[in-house]
Amino acid sequence: MMTRFLSRNRHTVQRLGFSAITLVAVVTVIPIVGTIIFILFKGGSAISLEFLSGFPHDGMRAGGILPAIIGTLYLTLGTAVFSVPLGIAAAIYLSEYAKDNQWTRLIRIAIINLAGIPSVVYGLFGLGLFVLFLQFGTSILAASLTLSIMTLPVIISTSEEALRAVPQSFRTVSISLGATRWQTISRIILKEALPGILTGVILGLERAAGETAPILFTGAAFFLPRLPQSPFDATMALPYHLFVISTQVPEMPIQIQYGTALVLLVFVLTMNVIATVIRSRARAKRQW
Amino acid sequence: MEKSLSWREFIITRLIQSSGYSAIIFVALIFFFLLREGLPTLGEVETSSLLNIRWYPIEEYFGILPLISGSLIVTLGATLIAVPFGIGTAVYISEIAPRWMREILKPLVELLGGLPSVVLGFLGILVLSPFLRVFLDLPTGLTAFTGSLLLGGIAVPTVVSVAEDALDSVPRAYREGSWALGATKWQTIWRVTLPAAKSGVLTAIMLGVGRAIGETMTVMMVTGNAPVLATKLGSLFSPVRTMTATIAAEMGEVANGSTHYHVLFFIGMVLFIISLIVNVIASSVVFRAKKRAERILS
Repeated sequence: MMTRFLSRNRHTVQRLGFSAITLVAVVTVIPIVGTIIFILFKGGSAISLEFLSGFPHDGMRAGGILPAIIGTLYLTLGTAVFSVPLGIAAAIYLSEYAKDNQWTRLIRIAIINLAGIPSVVYGLFGLGLFVLFLQFGTSILAASLTLSIMTLPVIISTSEEALRAVPQSFRTVSISLGATRWQTISRIILKEALPGILTGVILGLERAAGETAPILFTGAAFFLPRLPQSPFDATMALPYHLFVISTQVPEMPIQIQYGTALVLLVFVLTMNVIATVIRSRARAKRQW
Repeated sequence: MEKSLSWREFIITRLIQSSGYSAIIFVALIFFFLLREGLPTLGEVETSSLLNIRWYPIEEYFGILPLISGSLIVTLGATLIAVPFGIGTAVYISEIAPRWMREILKPLVELLGGLPSVVLGFLGILVLSPFLRVFLDLPTGLTAFTGSLLLGGIAVPTVVSVAEDALDSVPRAYREGSWALGATKWQTIWRVTLPAAKSGVLTAIMLGVGRAIGETMTVMMVTGNAPVLATKLGSLFSPVRTMTATIAAEMGEVANGSTHYHVLFFIGMVLFIISLIVNVIASSVVFRAKKRAERILS
């Protein structure tokens, strides 16, 4: 009698517990979905050809956001130019060359710390090194370099994971056929790990595209009447523009604010979805 | 042919090796430049006034205590939100959810991690803070609490992914053993799986805290930016100003090389050291558990 009561009791506890945890998960996920739908809904009506292809005017209270879109594209590409080769090379080192010693451990601690440094501190560093010390000025170049270092840990860690996932036998076979280490890496390992690396690269760049704090003092401009002409020009950027029009411009039409948020969100979400698709496709196709 | 091949191999190996070490160089460079621009503060401002409770740079009041307390109170609030929700969601995804649900939830949480903080700040201004002002009957909706709510949301994906990873790596045999002894799934989660994943879960919490302390745009937009020393719990419902927000809001307007400029770098230095401590503790917990360090990044 007693044991039956106890056993029923603990199953009730389990039911209650599972319901509570499920509720927690639902409460966590609903705001994510809600946020995205809300912005799609509110911003949708602001989107027009003029909004996407025009310059802002009337103190940014009218017109389009073309320079901010182009600026974010430039910054994302600029970041890719520096962080992708360096990040992949570092991942190759950690996965294929590094021995398990103190130095390697130090590299790993450094990467973890790079990932944890506050974004605004990257902004300070970029200002100190690239803008002032190297005299790049507030420019696309300085902002891209700053963003690159910030993205590096994401690219390194995901690429390393992708490289390590390639079975050891691929390396053994290639080496035994007379290929050098680099030939093995460049022709076999990299090819196999490519989808995983791509996913990491896109997720890293996605973060860079959405960041504001690191570009505040390194390359972002409040307003520019023309598109940037060289890497040494400052640029407008979507996240910074959204910050400006939602906090610094009085009597800003709400439509344009939601429209800008929507364009930024679509930009970032597209990258996210592409990364997710590449990953799940590669998983499905993988033969090892 | 042989020779040129080996030369190429040598150069490429060297290049890859130096890329590998670049992370160390960057951390060192960042610290160096923060010191270079931040340390002059100690010569220009007396320590006693740095540790004052008044931040009013126009009149040369550089007391950073209100900023530190602002960061602490917002982070504390965010942690109180992110830990239960993050770990709860991780437990749900790893232990309870059916497979198809897991495939939906994981990318969704990852998506939240990718949402630009400026978008969350924007919604904070337009939606959350007006709601909180009416709902909690406050004079303003731009408070530490508003910041905590949003920061909690920003920290959740970090906590979920690291904690879920830790739960996932608990060997299945542990659970099966527990079930075989007659424990329910619920008892197994609490008394076997979670304790076994303890170090990973602690790492998840540390990294979530680190994420919250460093967040800039959202807090700058929604916490009201009043540099008032937070002394009691009630301060959670009044405006505060964090260290990160101060740097972001004021750096654009100071003259390079001025005292104000140096103090802002000094605050950056403090932030850097805090994040260093948080991350070293987090990663040492990981190393003790013999987990791959890079796991916690992905």
